[in-house]
Amino acid sequence: MPIELVFTVAVQGILTGLVYGLMALGLSVIFGVVRVVNFAHGEMMTIASYAAIVAFGAWNIDPLVAMVPIAVILFAVGYMLQAVLINPFINRPEHSQFILLAAVAIIMVNGLLMIFGPDARNVLVDYALDSIEIGPLLVDKVRVITAALALLIAAGLFAFFKLTRTGRAIRACADNYLGALVVGLNVKKLYALTFGIGSACVGAAGAMMTLLIDTTPNLGPAFTLQAFVIVIIGGLGSMPGALLGGVLIGLSEAMSGLFFAPSAKTMFGVGILILVLLFRPQGLLGRKI
Amino acid sequence: MTTKITRRQFAAGTAASAALLAGSAPFNIVRAQPKALKIGSIHPRSGYQAQLGLACQRGIDIAPRVLKQLGMNAEVEIMSADTESNVDIARSRAEKLINDGAQVLIGAFDSGQSAAIAQVAEQKGVPYIVNVAAAPQITEQGYKFVFRNFPTAPMLVGDGLNLMKGVFEKSGITPKTAVFMHCNDTFGQSMAGAIKAMAPRFNLPFQIVETISYDPQAKDLSVEVAKAKATGAEMVMPVTRLNDAILIVREMIKQRWEPKIIMSPGAPGFYEGQFYKTLGKFSNGMITNVPWYNPRSSITQKLLDEFTKAYKNEMFELNVGFSFEAVMVAVDAFNRAKTANGKELADAIRQTKIENHVMAGGTLEFDAKGQNVNIRSVTLQNLDQRPKVVLPLEIAEDNLALPLQSWSKR
Amino acid sequence: MISRLVDGVPRRALILLGLFLALLLVAPLLVDGYILSILILVLYFAYTGQAWNVMMGFAGQLSLGHSLYVGVAAYTAAALYVHFGIGPWAGVWLAILISVACGLFIGFLAFRFGISGVYFALLTIAFAEFTRVGFDHFDWVNGSGGFFLPVTQYSVNDPLNLRGAPVMFYYILLAITVLAFLFCRWLLTGRIGYYWLAIREEPEAAQTLGINVFRYKMIAVAISAGMTALSGVFFAFYYNNLFPEQIFSMSRSIELILGPIIGGIGSLFGPILGAVVLTVLAESVTEIMHALGYDIPGIKQVFYGLCLLVVIIYLPNGIWPPLRKRLGLGDHS
Repeated sequence: MPIELVFTVAVQGILTGLVYGLMALGLSVIFGVVRVVNFAHGEMMTIASYAAIVAFGAWNIDPLVAMVPIAVILFAVGYMLQAVLINPFINRPEHSQFILLAAVAIIMVNGLLMIFGPDARNVLVDYALDSIEIGPLLVDKVRVITAALALLIAAGLFAFFKLTRTGRAIRACADNYLGALVVGLNVKKLYALTFGIGSACVGAAGAMMTLLIDTTPNLGPAFTLQAFVIVIIGGLGSMPGALLGGVLIGLSEAMSGLFFAPSAKTMFGVGILILVLLFRPQGLLGRKI
Repeated sequence: MTTKITRRQFAAGTAASAALLAGSAPFNIVRAQPKALKIGSIHPRSGYQAQLGLACQRGIDIAPRVLKQLGMNAEVEIMSADTESNVDIARSRAEKLINDGAQVLIGAFDSGQSAAIAQVAEQKGVPYIVNVAAAPQITEQGYKFVFRNFPTAPMLVGDGLNLMKGVFEKSGITPKTAVFMHCNDTFGQSMAGAIKAMAPRFNLPFQIVETISYDPQAKDLSVEVAKAKATGAEMVMPVTRLNDAILIVREMIKQRWEPKIIMSPGAPGFYEGQFYKTLGKFSNGMITNVPWYNPRSSITQKLLDEFTKAYKNEMFELNVGFSFEAVMVAVDAFNRAKTANGKELADAIRQTKIENHVMAGGTLEFDAKGQNVNIRSVTLQNLDQRPKVVLPLEIAEDNLALPLQSWSKR
Repeated sequence: MISRLVDGVPRRALILLGLFLALLLVAPLLVDGYILSILILVLYFAYTGQAWNVMMGFAGQLSLGHSLYVGVAAYTAAALYVHFGIGPWAGVWLAILISVACGLFIGFLAFRFGISGVYFALLTIAFAEFTRVGFDHFDWVNGSGGFFLPVTQYSVNDPLNLRGAPVMFYYILLAITVLAFLFCRWLLTGRIGYYWLAIREEPEAAQTLGINVFRYKMIAVAISAGMTALSGVFFAFYYNNLFPEQIFSMSRSIELILGPIIGGIGSLFGPILGAVVLTVLAESVTEIMHALGYDIPGIKQVFYGLCLLVVIIYLPNGIWPPLRKRLGLGDHS
């Protein structure tokens, strides 16, 4: 097998993995703080993708620009979802939360189907089919751009949680729920804020994703699962872990596709997940559970 | 659409389980001699196959109008049901349609769903015409009420490989190597199996250097295409659905891979409206060997006119054609049998002999197993951003253009 | 033993249960083919929900991957029948065995390494997905091409080979469901039921009390997987075609557990009620939409989702617990 091929595939895998990582980052932030598993995560991303498609179709706005207002809209959606629906469920058992979000997911997928129909939609910007030559490697331009943006957004998010007052307050909630209540933080509001931030991440990822893949209403569940796999590998609640998990999944799927049967490549992702759960259940970068 | 009274009674009856049991007795409908034939159309109109199920539904919905224009006595009532792309629901919807009085069923695009519906139809003695579904097993079960006006996977592959030789001859370009890429779903695997079994018998001039199968749910096929490109094959033979066909071509452009020929042995993808919309000028040049409407047939022209009138933004393709023909078969048999009694209607369908119809190939008729074996594939090439018949020459709309034009010179 | 099953159950509950069973017994005489096929679906989901409930409702282990056991068992029995001519009643034992082995394997790995809660749930999804893709490539059962059982004319019912008309399937399924109901009642009223209760509510306390938590969790998984296997075998012979995409899919697992959750987790009658409510709801929504003339794909599922939301928000323990209180049936059904 030519070595350039292996490198090209590896680079593409890593780049795609970073965008997956951004999507998973949203899930990880939400779980890390609110301790609720967002079973409607992929569906929220699909909503963002459709928003980007509409923006491009109606006003010819590049998804990389539309990303900003879409992230804001998704923030609002996430905030409301947490404030109205999920907050009353915080102390309910996991399976109750699961059903709640599964119901939300069902409504989202089929709502999109009602509005947009089942056809795959995409966004065709001028540079969609361009490639960049880096030495002997031929790399997809869109992937490079989206991966760079994903890293940038992730860095911004780290800074938010480390440097701002609100960010630190949210982390305090995550570390010690009771403690946060005792010192007088408005936990419910912070939860809603967190859910909003996680949703904004997925909003940005969804807008970017329109450049990489075609969108159908049914993508949601597959992405939810994908996000889970990534987050658990990286460590539920760990932000760098989500990115690492994304890269790892992107890379492993690319490599297994190259060396084994591509149709079986999701087995490798899930295989890694099973290994991680067994030998390091807190995830590669997660804190001990 | 359908008899409203039973529906309303039913809706009331299902309000509670007890009421469901008590309220259902009046539903044992006594089938009176009908004036209009009640056709149950059952397709995946939601779920992951929704776009194709809806295409089939369009063919059914416009059929009565077109048949009337053709002078057929086409008093039909179309009852529609949605399988939600799910086998269990397909089965219970089929039961429901028959209960509501459907006298013939048409469906279901997907092989699994069609197989489930076939069992119900056979049990109830209601004729079932499969419009689209390629798994050979459906007509291998010895059913008496099941008919299929669509080729099986081996038929598709046989025609597909035969036509390939014609393409090589006509263009003067004969590839020595090919890479076979297929979607690993029910259809893709049936096709791959048929190719593996049949290719040696066809004395093909090229060698399949690599077979690449990929997950039907794959969202990104860059690795698959990179792997295929590395083989340096002169021809790509894809068996795809729609989305993966778009993904493959897009990746080929990005990876600047320009094989001489891209030719599908008989799969959807390249000839679908969405493919042209999405890829624009890059959609030209791909070849598909597939059953198709005969552009020279007068019925096709009428159907095409009516279709364009009814659905401006949709493309007329084979799913529409086969679905229309299924209604045509049902109506034709009903007119001959003069009854909607299941057994007599099935006997009439078995004696179907329609010379002039929509899809390319010989007379529309069924063999002892209920399979139409006269369907013939044609070679379609994407030219001017739409599919055109290029072979066989008798019905060709345009000339074959090979080798594939370079991506960068478009 | 029988006294243990009915001990503490109010007379009224027994009478109602008897009436309900009688209604189910005569139902096929009263209804037509369509309603019968719906009733079969109801029983199928009731039974499978009951099986799932052993793991979740009794022992507190959330599995979101039960489609794995359904699928593995369905394929085992179908392959034995197609390849070796071994009938379902013989094949079912191997199907159960393999299903239980899968369950024990997952359980062993998870419980040994202390995986629980959300993590356990995701592990079960992961295994089901892993198996789905594996079966896509399993040529012996025709991979993703789908595995078809030969279908013959339904002129005679052949219960020994599970070949026959829907009515036969209905009664077989009814019998299985009733047996499962009694079996679960027996489990719950026995020592093991109390151990599970302790493990579900207070795992640490259960451990300190000397209950072998690992062992009893494993038993729950084994029983649940074994019972689920039976519904897989039924599925294979009722539908006669199997596709990995369908049978192992995540949405299938979720479909299976909605019933017991809506009905009431941990209760005996909850899964049955949940299956009735959900199936009837799904069918009625379709019908009502149709009657109103709305033919928009997806509208039904949206409505279904809304109903789920309402139930989960306003009836956190499911429908059955408040209902049984109102009917005055005590707390043990």
